[in-house]
Amino acid sequence: MRHVFADQITTLAGHDERIVLLSGDIGNPLFDRFKERFPKRFYNCGAAEQNMIGVAAGLALSGLRPVVYTHTPFTTTRCYEQIRVDLCYHRAPVVVVGTGAGLSHAELGPTHHALEDLAIMRVLPDMTVLAPCDEAELRAALTCALRLHGPAYIRIGKQGEPRVHVELSNFSIGHAITLTRGHDICLVATGTIVATANVAAEILRKRGFSVGVVSMPTIKPLDTGCLSELFAGYRIVATLEEHSRIGGLGSAVAEWRVEAPDGDAQHVMFGADDRFLHEIGSQDYARRVSGLAVESIVLGCSARLGALIEI
Amino acid sequence: MALEAAQLPIPELNRLARDIRARIIKTSHLTQTPHLGSCLSCVDILVSAYFHSLRLDSVNPRASGRDRFILSKGHAAPALFQVLALRGFYPATRLDDYGQDGSVFAEHPPTPDHLPGLEAAAGSLGHGLPMGVGMALAARIQGQAYKVVALCGDGECNEGSVWEAAMLAAAQKLERLCVVIDVNRWQAAGRSAEVSGAEPLTDKWRAFGWSVHEVNGHDIAALARVFSAVPDGSGKPVAIVANTVKGQGVSFMEDDNNWHDRIPNAQELAHALRELEVAS
Repeated sequence: MRHVFADQITTLAGHDERIVLLSGDIGNPLFDRFKERFPKRFYNCGAAEQNMIGVAAGLALSGLRPVVYTHTPFTTTRCYEQIRVDLCYHRAPVVVVGTGAGLSHAELGPTHHALEDLAIMRVLPDMTVLAPCDEAELRAALTCALRLHGPAYIRIGKQGEPRVHVELSNFSIGHAITLTRGHDICLVATGTIVATANVAAEILRKRGFSVGVVSMPTIKPLDTGCLSELFAGYRIVATLEEHSRIGGLGSAVAEWRVEAPDGDAQHVMFGADDRFLHEIGSQDYARRVSGLAVESIVLGCSARLGALIEI
Repeated sequence: MALEAAQLPIPELNRLARDIRARIIKTSHLTQTPHLGSCLSCVDILVSAYFHSLRLDSVNPRASGRDRFILSKGHAAPALFQVLALRGFYPATRLDDYGQDGSVFAEHPPTPDHLPGLEAAAGSLGHGLPMGVGMALAARIQGQAYKVVALCGDGECNEGSVWEAAMLAAAQKLERLCVVIDVNRWQAAGRSAEVSGAEPLTDKWRAFGWSVHEVNGHDIAALARVFSAVPDGSGKPVAIVANTVKGQGVSFMEDDNNWHDRIPNAQELAHALRELEVAS
């Protein structure tokens, strides 16, 4: 995904001379082509993320369109107050990109895990929160985020994420994308784990269930219109995210349900446990121990569906 | 009115500074707004910037080539609010609703969308200089020649983000960026030098790659000279280390840190106005 980000930001910067790319001491040689084409519009701000966000705000308040890029914890938790005050309070049009989100960097340990970013970004007024599932959604999300009049946060993976969309022509911020339809259970996933939802859905279908899959690349503003339809049209709506069950997509849906209890579907949440992962391993391993592997999702969905259908 | 520096003569600037001190103290009394000591220590800095050196246009506050001033020590907003009114960004009568429910005049500066003449909101320390670095970088990217001034407190230099910004500004040789440190030697709860080992500040800023000018922060003529000399030919960002007195201008407030939070009563107000030679 990061290579796609580098390619897309380079393309967009060619069309819009206001775009400035700030990096927190990563992206070498990832941004070589950007630096070569736009030497005055790339700044390595060093390992100083609080300052980097302030600098981005200053650029934005001066008419430019900065994009800030570094590892997710360092572009979110490290400089959270700067994001709140410098970006959101000022409604500064800055795109903050967190790379290696979720468990993409499982092998680097909990300092580099990012299972809280959606929660803390979502709570900020005027912040748009995006988690594209593949390179097509990423290209579209970045393009759209740069057209906003306020700040946006985009969480992306690492590299080698599977493609979900063969083609994507209907992307817009605030709108979910229906991948497949059904009537028993709908897996509503956000970010790179949408691909896992597709695999789980296929297994569930083989077991005789009618399964839909929806990609939810925008966490905020939430596509409540789509959710109303899902909760009216399915028995179970399962949210799935590579993020803590506290505060992310599942929480956003649950909060909305309290106010707008449309439809009768049950809501099931798949997300990471409320703990630090002290066990080191691959992303697949980390997902497995976090209950986010295909088997856990299939098992969880089958149990809930089985119970419902027996009734 | 076009984009221009006010360049008022020095005696006029000194008279204005006295008037503004009186207005700040009156407003503090009427609205129960604290931070008098911090306001009074930076009045002369604000006056020399706004009424002498900075190129501004009060009719078109967002004129593209304007100089930028950021009050990073946001708790001195009561001083800045008076300065902006007298500089013509809004009528002084607008300050009548100071501290009232629904007013934009909080104890800290709101965003530029909510009050003309401001460049950035403040209130949390250590934010103004990084934003100033961004504005100075934007000037270079866009081929503009405006100056950016950020006013920080010496207590504010506790914040790591100040030094992160200092290092990036030096690496980028942002010679039109100027930080003013209002060195009143106090912070909210103690002597700055006892709370944090920031001294010697001139050496620190020099070591961080800045061109440093140490001035008496109550000498308006000296301040005006340094502001007008930015960029100073060194090719480096400029740090003005302004030695000040917290509570400057009123004998019983000077260097007494109780006036960080205290509000003057009617007798104290009258006494202060007499000292400032302003009719109450």
